[in-house]
Amino acid sequence: MTGFLQNTFNGLVSGAFYALLALGLAVIFGMLRVVNFAHGAFYMLGAFGAYVLLTEAGVPFWAALVIVPVGLGLLGMALERAFIHRLTRLDPLYNFLLTFGLTLILQDLVKLRYGVQSSPYATPSALGGSVNLGLFDFPTYRVFILGFAVLVCVAVWWLLSHTRLGMVVRAATERPELTRAFGINVGRWVTPVFGFGIGLAGLAGVLAAPMRAVNPLMGADLIIVVFAVVVIGGLGSIFGSVAAGFGIGLVQAWGEAYLSDFPIVSQTVVFVVMAVVLLWRPAGLFGREEAPA
Amino acid sequence: MTSTVDTPADATRPAPPSGLLTVARAPGWVRYALLAAGLIAALWLPNGLYPAVAVDILCWALFAVAVDLLLGFTGLMSFGHAAFWGASAYVTGLVAIHAGLPFPAAVLAGALAAAVLAVPIGYLAVKRTGIYFAMVTLAFAQMVYYVANEWRSVTRGENGLQGVPRSLFGLDLSDDYYFYYAMLPIVLLGLAAAWRIVHSPFGRVLVGIRDNPARARALGYPVHRYKLTAFVLSGFIAGLGGGLFAVGHRFVSLDVLHWTTSGKAVVVVVLGGIGTLWGGVLGAALVVRLEDWLSFSNFEAIGLVTGGIFVLVVLLFRRGIWGSAEALARRWWTSRKR
Repeated sequence: MTGFLQNTFNGLVSGAFYALLALGLAVIFGMLRVVNFAHGAFYMLGAFGAYVLLTEAGVPFWAALVIVPVGLGLLGMALERAFIHRLTRLDPLYNFLLTFGLTLILQDLVKLRYGVQSSPYATPSALGGSVNLGLFDFPTYRVFILGFAVLVCVAVWWLLSHTRLGMVVRAATERPELTRAFGINVGRWVTPVFGFGIGLAGLAGVLAAPMRAVNPLMGADLIIVVFAVVVIGGLGSIFGSVAAGFGIGLVQAWGEAYLSDFPIVSQTVVFVVMAVVLLWRPAGLFGREEAPA
Repeated sequence: MTSTVDTPADATRPAPPSGLLTVARAPGWVRYALLAAGLIAALWLPNGLYPAVAVDILCWALFAVAVDLLLGFTGLMSFGHAAFWGASAYVTGLVAIHAGLPFPAAVLAGALAAAVLAVPIGYLAVKRTGIYFAMVTLAFAQMVYYVANEWRSVTRGENGLQGVPRSLFGLDLSDDYYFYYAMLPIVLLGLAAAWRIVHSPFGRVLVGIRDNPARARALGYPVHRYKLTAFVLSGFIAGLGGGLFAVGHRFVSLDVLHWTTSGKAVVVVVLGGIGTLWGGVLGAALVVRLEDWLSFSNFEAIGLVTGGIFVLVVLLFRRGIWGSAEALARRWWTSRKR
């Protein structure tokens, strides 16, 4: 029983990363119809940002948790203005390709400067050790990640459903032309929303720095799993993306724990789930059917 | 495959505007001159470049044409074609090592394996279109990558398959120069097959599906089945390229299955020109040559350059080389007629 709870907890923690990344992808996709291939690269930049701030400027984790996502969000906004913006009127495939190119560039830039070996990032002292939540000892840092990620997801949900800004974004997502016709300047929100999604990826990266190896390729394979996650949840659905993120984290952790003789299971289970979802509900568990084709 | 046989005659219907038909409309002597120039270039290639680079160019040309068959002529962007290229490379390598067959037979086995693999992946992927199709194919290709990585007893994991033989009825093909000419017929057959597919009634239906899927369905075409057939054919051609790549390098590593390989194939097609078929061949020649030159000059950040080229091409040069040349030629032609 304790073992099961421990595995479940670990699954939720890795699910938290999927959820944060899928949330950013979904927010960006909703507003811009852009699938951001570079999302994994920004996650990596988030972790590197925290690492560089600590080692070269002595900026602690807590400050990095604010500075890095904001900085990356601004970088994302600049990239949106400079490149992505020019292609949003075309087939979304072009922006997918563009962000693929950006991924290669960002990865190689970091590789040139810092090499490919992993750099350690110490867990902040306040979050070291473990806490006892009754049944067994949880590593404090993981409890923090899970709580923080859930908090961020709830905050984004509240922002979208209870504020005027969220209303505009939702309206622009559903019916961009009609929203414009009501005199709302949709274009004004496109760049900030892109920056916000990138900021979420950066935030996930900072959170990952003390837990996972910081290296230039840490986001490379992760982003593909996140793509599968959003296909499962339904890319148009914010809730679906987050729920699928946690769900896949859980399934992977259980697979790893109970089928440890077959490590392939936990690596590929997300793709098997995706195949089943494509057979059963091609638009994703929480997605709506796109135009028939 | 049966659906291709009983395709209703469709040639009388006004064809949709596309790059495909502008080539067909070029005067006959232009087409024959281009064909002759292409063949001469293919025969000359290993004399002007390192033969090993020329071998790579041919393999990548097949890969690019396979991807363009889907992207340019069916409107499906596969971002997971490394699965077929790589699966064929492994199967070819294993067959060549363990069965000792002549290399064309091993390559054929590899390409068939790729086509078989393309059936389930394609069946699931064609349920989605557009950007989702790209994400789904990317994800399944990653699954194939993980399986190959774990299945060490067969694929040798990180070490890769070493010592893939180049046997062909006792001929000595250890020199890349001679191997180039031994593989050239297979490549030309593959390219001719792609041309034949595009210019068949079946290919016309694919273009119709690309331009207006709803109408194609209303006309009674089983759209999913057409897409799946195109996907499997494309997987086969990509497999031909991957198998030759394995024999050409005498070595198969996990790189052949990685998503960067899938992405590079799409880069090559966009650079050459989407929907131009032969543009992919040009794109392959340029990218392979450039990467060789970069690694020769000890420049390590190849991704920086290919990524940069990609961003520029997508932003400024979406027609690609062949597409731009075609547009220029057409403008020159019409201005001359006036």
